[in-house]
Amino acid sequence: MPERTMIEIASVTRSYGAFKALDDASLSIREGEFFSLLGPSGCGKTTLLRMIAGFDTPTSGSIAIDGQPMNGIPANRRPINMVFQSYAIFPHLNVEQNVGYGLKRLRLETGEEKRRVDEALAMVSLSGLGKRGATELSGGQRQRVALARALVMRPKVLLLDEPLSALDKKLREQMQVELRRLQQAVGITFILVTHDQYEALAMSDRIAVMFGGRIAQIAAPKEIYQRPVNRQVADFLGGMNFVQAEIVGEDAGQILVDTRALGRVRTDKPKLFRKNGGSATLGIRPERLRVLWDEATAKFEVAGKVVDRRYFGEITHLIVEIPGLEKPLSVTETNDFGADDIPIGAPIRLAYDPDALVAMGE
Amino acid sequence: MTAMRKLLANWLPAYAFLYIAFLYLPVLLLPVFSVNASPIPKFPLTGVTLDWYAGLPRTPALLDAAWNSLVVGIAASLLSTLLGICAARAITRYRFPGRRAVSGLIMAPLVLPEIIVAISLLLVLLQLGLSLSLFTVVLGHVLICIPYSMTVLTSGFEGFDRSLEEASADLGESAFGTFRRVTLPMVAPAIVSSLLVSFTISLDEFVMAFFLTGTDPTLPVYIWGQLRFAAKLPGVLALGTLLLAASFLLLTLAEMLRRRAERRANPQGGVLA
Amino acid sequence: MTAAAEGQATPRIRRAAQKSLLQSEQAQGWALISPTFLFALVLLVAPILVVIAHSFWTQNYLTIDRTFTLEQYRIALTEPIYRDLLVRSLYVSLLVSIFTVVLAYPIAYFISFHSGRHKGLWLFLITIPFWTSYLLRVMSWKVILGYNGVLNSGLMGLGVIDEPSTALLYNTTAVVITLTHAWAAFAILPIYVSLEKVDRTLLEAATDLGDGPLRCFLRITLPLSVPGIVSALLIVMIPTVGDFVTPRLVGGKDGVMIANAIQAQFGKASNWPLGAALSVTTMAVVTAMAAAAVFVIRGAARLTR
Repeated sequence: MPERTMIEIASVTRSYGAFKALDDASLSIREGEFFSLLGPSGCGKTTLLRMIAGFDTPTSGSIAIDGQPMNGIPANRRPINMVFQSYAIFPHLNVEQNVGYGLKRLRLETGEEKRRVDEALAMVSLSGLGKRGATELSGGQRQRVALARALVMRPKVLLLDEPLSALDKKLREQMQVELRRLQQAVGITFILVTHDQYEALAMSDRIAVMFGGRIAQIAAPKEIYQRPVNRQVADFLGGMNFVQAEIVGEDAGQILVDTRALGRVRTDKPKLFRKNGGSATLGIRPERLRVLWDEATAKFEVAGKVVDRRYFGEITHLIVEIPGLEKPLSVTETNDFGADDIPIGAPIRLAYDPDALVAMGE
Repeated sequence: MTAMRKLLANWLPAYAFLYIAFLYLPVLLLPVFSVNASPIPKFPLTGVTLDWYAGLPRTPALLDAAWNSLVVGIAASLLSTLLGICAARAITRYRFPGRRAVSGLIMAPLVLPEIIVAISLLLVLLQLGLSLSLFTVVLGHVLICIPYSMTVLTSGFEGFDRSLEEASADLGESAFGTFRRVTLPMVAPAIVSSLLVSFTISLDEFVMAFFLTGTDPTLPVYIWGQLRFAAKLPGVLALGTLLLAASFLLLTLAEMLRRRAERRANPQGGVLA
Repeated sequence: MTAAAEGQATPRIRRAAQKSLLQSEQAQGWALISPTFLFALVLLVAPILVVIAHSFWTQNYLTIDRTFTLEQYRIALTEPIYRDLLVRSLYVSLLVSIFTVVLAYPIAYFISFHSGRHKGLWLFLITIPFWTSYLLRVMSWKVILGYNGVLNSGLMGLGVIDEPSTALLYNTTAVVITLTHAWAAFAILPIYVSLEKVDRTLLEAATDLGDGPLRCFLRITLPLSVPGIVSALLIVMIPTVGDFVTPRLVGGKDGVMIANAIQAQFGKASNWPLGAALSVTTMAVVTAMAAAAVFVIRGAARLTR
């Protein structure tokens, strides 16, 4: 991946009176990257996206696109295009006219405009629907038109504001794959705003997780999921077991902790690590704990008792009480060995990988 | 319970049809008697004639009044639509303190006794030293047309998705270009509908015109003057019939456009009959 | 989960956004509405203030004496002729507004609940007369109710009566009938709008809890449509009190209303201050009556629960 910076956001703050929708956000997005802004509603992700698009102005800080500062440049002169959450398909124009809307201003040669529109429609698998009226489209088709309309402008960056939230689950999953493939085909920088962590994990090269107007963590999906910097990020991306541990040793980059029930573990210090007296919080994802059947053993194992069981079709969630831990552990186990049949109250042994235990910052 | 429902189900439509009859029958008597041979409007009809219509173009005073109505109607509908566009756009697009109060004031002529609005206006215009003319009638008509224009325009503007204008800007279009290529085409039906509706109201309006006109009567004022003479009644009925027909046509057109505007604004919105 | 969660938090941001954008948003909104606002200010508010001012003055032949006096109000309220006209006008507008609302309610209910696919058509049919010439509608009632009119000639033709009846023309009854017809559509729309807002699942809930259709209507639909009834009542009551075309055309001597007297003061009698005082008095009294009516209706609605 080329390392050229496409978007540089430098300490951007957007305040509405006393309320800060975005608080001192800095990040840079590389050329050709699929970047996601992920967070719950009201976290400032849409505000940031709209400021990149030019529909909102930072209270302080600056935004540059491809090295050009964007201060004072209106939305219609920015080298970016957007797919709106409502798709904003012009209802008085047909598909072709919608897609060609922005090209009209470029005064292209006759034939060229048509060629580019057809090409864009082909790209989103809408060939042949050019004459269809805007009001006769399905949700998925509207989304494709919005995509084609933006891509036909050959923008340096494509902004996507929750583009899949209006679609039903199956279509959404299908579009995730298609969007990712499309991005790789055209090589344009994509910035996606979403509150759906699976969507962000499945599609992005990198993700910025945001809470309350602040960026909590910027990292690749796997890193975000496996090594969340704090409990908030960890929780937002899925289930996480938290374990209190005592710090028994420390050097520049790592700490050695004693978890009592799970033994001694050496783990990386997260970015914002602050010592809370002599203790630290560790996290482990439920699927990183495995049930040990019958006589099987593991290098790292812990014994406990099943106190609850929830069935989810292909998997089962087991709630396991471990002597010495203040809270029971949540374990996700596939059902191919019969985890769904483990009786409540049964003794159980769990295997774990100490590397999967990560220390939480803050 | 089912008996009750059955009764309701049968009773209500019957009532509805009776009600429509009550609304329309009196009005429909105008055309009926306008082609009656006898000058006195009573049953039984004595024969069918178009004489009363034929007499209309031969009355110079009536032609003058028709011309006056046309001039006033065009001026009033243009002005009230223009002012209505400003107000409707401001109210549907912006939030500002006093928004409700201002729109309440603009809508007020709808619920005030017309005579009071008319005589107040009359007093002020006379105090200002303006002589009564078709211009003063236009002012009065604009005042009472704006609430209707606003209603029609607001329903056309409402639900206009703001991101459509943003999408246009995003695709490189300037503010003026966005207005010309997105906003205007989408609200055009509502604007035309407002023009038609306010023209119809001005055409039919009597009280304002009665108080505010100088020596040039509009059609309703002319009709009012003719009502004193029993012999003129058939001609008035014929004229009234033409006015009704014109109003009906204009309003039907306006309604069709209004619905089109509404459908454009909310493409997913259900099918209204 | 997505839509619901999103919908809850965005308004907060929006509201906050508006607070900061206040300056520009406010300024733009005001700038845009100001032409219309100024027009209404100059041609509606200022004139009404001028009328109120006039009502405290006197007129000697053609000159206006601007000394403050309540003389016009004394005349307007104590002269039997004006008092009678005012009382009759109030009586007529009260009757007309009650009749129109009572007649309009079932039709509004029908359109809202039972007209099915043809809702738009019904609404259009109802509203058409409301836009067409009111003068022509009054005129057609004159044709119907006249001495030699449709009704009399029809009844005589059927042998119901031997000679033309005068019971229906040139009296208050004729005025009430005509006005009820003229204002019908005005009452339907607000009631219809409030009925449309009634959440249909509330009715299902009431039925589920054991209410039959009638109780359901009385306990849910009717109370929830009270705002519509109130605005229908006001929208008819206030303007009708000042009607002068109908009394003039079908009212005869007994049907004359206060507006005819007001018109005379600005016409033949040419006493502007008295006309102004009559107008102000009429507005004040009808407003009081309307407020009382609203109070009664709201009270009644509370009792049905």
